[in-house]
Amino acid sequence: MTSLNKASTDLETLIEISGLYQVFGNKAKSVLPMVKAGKSKDEVLAETGHTVGLRDINLDVKRGEIFVIMGLSGSGKSTMIRHFNRLIDPTEGQIKVEGEDIMQLSDEELIQFRRHKMSMVFQHFGLMPHRTVLDNVAYGLAIQNVDKKERLASANQWLETVGLAGYGDQYPAQLSGGQQQRVGLARALCTNAEILLMDEAFSALDPLIRSEMQDQLIELQAKLKKTIIFITHDLDEALRIGDRIAILKDGILSQVGKPVDILLHPADDYVEAFVKDVNRARALNTQTLMQDIGNILGSQSVESAIHSLNENQQEYGFVSNQDGYQGVVTRVQLEQVAANDNAMDICCDELLIKVPSVSPDQSLQSAIPEALGHNFALPVTCEEGKLVGSIPRSEIAQVLES
Amino acid sequence: MSDTSWLSKFPQLERGDLIAIRKTLDGAYREFSRNYGDTIESLFDPLLTFLIWFEKLLIASPWWLTIGVILAIVYGASRSWKLCTGVLASLLAIGILGMWDDTMRTLSIITVCTLLSIGIGIPTGILMSRSNRAQAIVTPILDVMQTMPAFVYLIPVVMLLGIGKIPGVIAVIIYAVPPVIRLTNLGIRLVNKETLEAATAFGATAKQRLFGIQLPLAMPTIMAGINQTIMMALAMVVVASMIGVKGLGQPVLKSITNQYFTLGLFNGLAIVALAIIFDRVSQTYAKRTQKHLGGMNND
Repeated sequence: MTSLNKASTDLETLIEISGLYQVFGNKAKSVLPMVKAGKSKDEVLAETGHTVGLRDINLDVKRGEIFVIMGLSGSGKSTMIRHFNRLIDPTEGQIKVEGEDIMQLSDEELIQFRRHKMSMVFQHFGLMPHRTVLDNVAYGLAIQNVDKKERLASANQWLETVGLAGYGDQYPAQLSGGQQQRVGLARALCTNAEILLMDEAFSALDPLIRSEMQDQLIELQAKLKKTIIFITHDLDEALRIGDRIAILKDGILSQVGKPVDILLHPADDYVEAFVKDVNRARALNTQTLMQDIGNILGSQSVESAIHSLNENQQEYGFVSNQDGYQGVVTRVQLEQVAANDNAMDICCDELLIKVPSVSPDQSLQSAIPEALGHNFALPVTCEEGKLVGSIPRSEIAQVLES
Repeated sequence: MSDTSWLSKFPQLERGDLIAIRKTLDGAYREFSRNYGDTIESLFDPLLTFLIWFEKLLIASPWWLTIGVILAIVYGASRSWKLCTGVLASLLAIGILGMWDDTMRTLSIITVCTLLSIGIGIPTGILMSRSNRAQAIVTPILDVMQTMPAFVYLIPVVMLLGIGKIPGVIAVIIYAVPPVIRLTNLGIRLVNKETLEAATAFGATAKQRLFGIQLPLAMPTIMAGINQTIMMALAMVVVASMIGVKGLGQPVLKSITNQYFTLGLFNGLAIVALAIIFDRVSQTYAKRTQKHLGGMNND
């Protein structure tokens, strides 16, 4: 992997959850030993009437990442996210934010924690129908008793950021679903909390709007660098926006990892079944398949280029000079030219085949057309035009096939 | 051979025992009202003073001024000229048919009863919505209040406080307060969970949630409860007149005993007119202020 990969392992841990259990029922504490002994959800339900929500959850969220928790309905993901701000208290376990155990907070401290540290976006928006859009956005500040003028100014600004300038005086019922969720997002951003909890935030929206919102979230995140915990049941969505993904099944974490790891190395049958139907071409970006190019040709003579290709047993080579990636030269062609002019520079229009390059962060799907026009590996260049790697055609075929 | 008559006849208590129970309870209550009746009555003195003052105000003011004030309130609440015209017509008809003073008396007692019912009912409803235990305790009490024949609870009230306005007000409130309590409780319990959760997630205190989210969103339901309370209070006017509450109820009572059909009809219609005015005005007010909720409430 290159340095372009989001090196989340280097980032500082912001939230740490350890040994978290959630059992729903009247005597949850007394059922806990049974759950710990490994009895299944169904067994516990049949024997005691208690529902096991979460079982031995251990995870950590790094500062500045989008951490996606993915699972099907009933997997406990919505229960899970409500533990982060203690809308639900665990039966047992620790939740630490910046090293502070939030289970120890007093009621007053908890309120302050919710006001300043975390904000939340809800699946069905959770807007207040009796307040205007602007008042909804300003709600977080209003309950902190921030001066009215100040909070409305701030709300207006966030409303503009999410693309709803001018809608401030409307009531939520007058807005479409997508617009309402933008209000929800603006409301969450307005308190300037560092951590953003998003509970299936885009699940209630239709596919086109959903994808638009995902783009907007990624764009905002690039600017704001919040720590986002995102719940979804949609693997495509998880792969698209997640820096890391946790897969939850029946209240147990199946796998936590980067999207590529989940996709290419599923930890168990469940995850494998899950990722089977994913459109990999869309979910993976070119960077994940990119390989280093051993031998890059520079601005050199035909003779030395042939020599270099022979030495590395290459049929063709990528050419890159001080201006960056230039194109591809083939040995056959070089040998034809060599008969006439051995000393000619290979960086010339007659020799170079202008194979288009792709960028490391574009999706594999969008790179496929570029790969079809020729028989060479697909060159990958960074923004400045520098050649960073290539993707062999066989690799693309293999990933798309399996 | 043992006595098997209990098979064919319900085994009831001996006559003597029943009389003893009645005597003991009656005696105890009479003793209680003799000892504490005056004290309890004096507790209601401020209310009585207010009732008398309000009734005098309505009767002593010139009729055109009273009508003007009523119309201003109606327009302020409903913003509807049509409704105002209807109200004006009814009030004029009432006045021309000689029922102005009685109508004002009824209006004053109904207004006071409604305000007191709201004052008692909404906090009780809030309490019920916050605690399942409170709900379990209050619900059967409300059932009793609504189904117990009014005459039955008139007896102890009259024994304790005598005949007059205050016992009337108490009887009316007992009969009329349950809807506002029930619907306040229901309205708050029906508030969208996610909206409430959102408020909590942003760090709202219990008070901020109650006044900022729960009560405003429950308001359409609470208004329906208030409306029902007003209607039931008006229905109680005739019964209350039996214990000396003056107003439209007394002529009705008189016409029952003397078979004055027209007198009864006119006064009955005046009660209906008041009921319709209260109903339409409160309904239009509720509708007007909650228009923007659209279809979003409680979804």
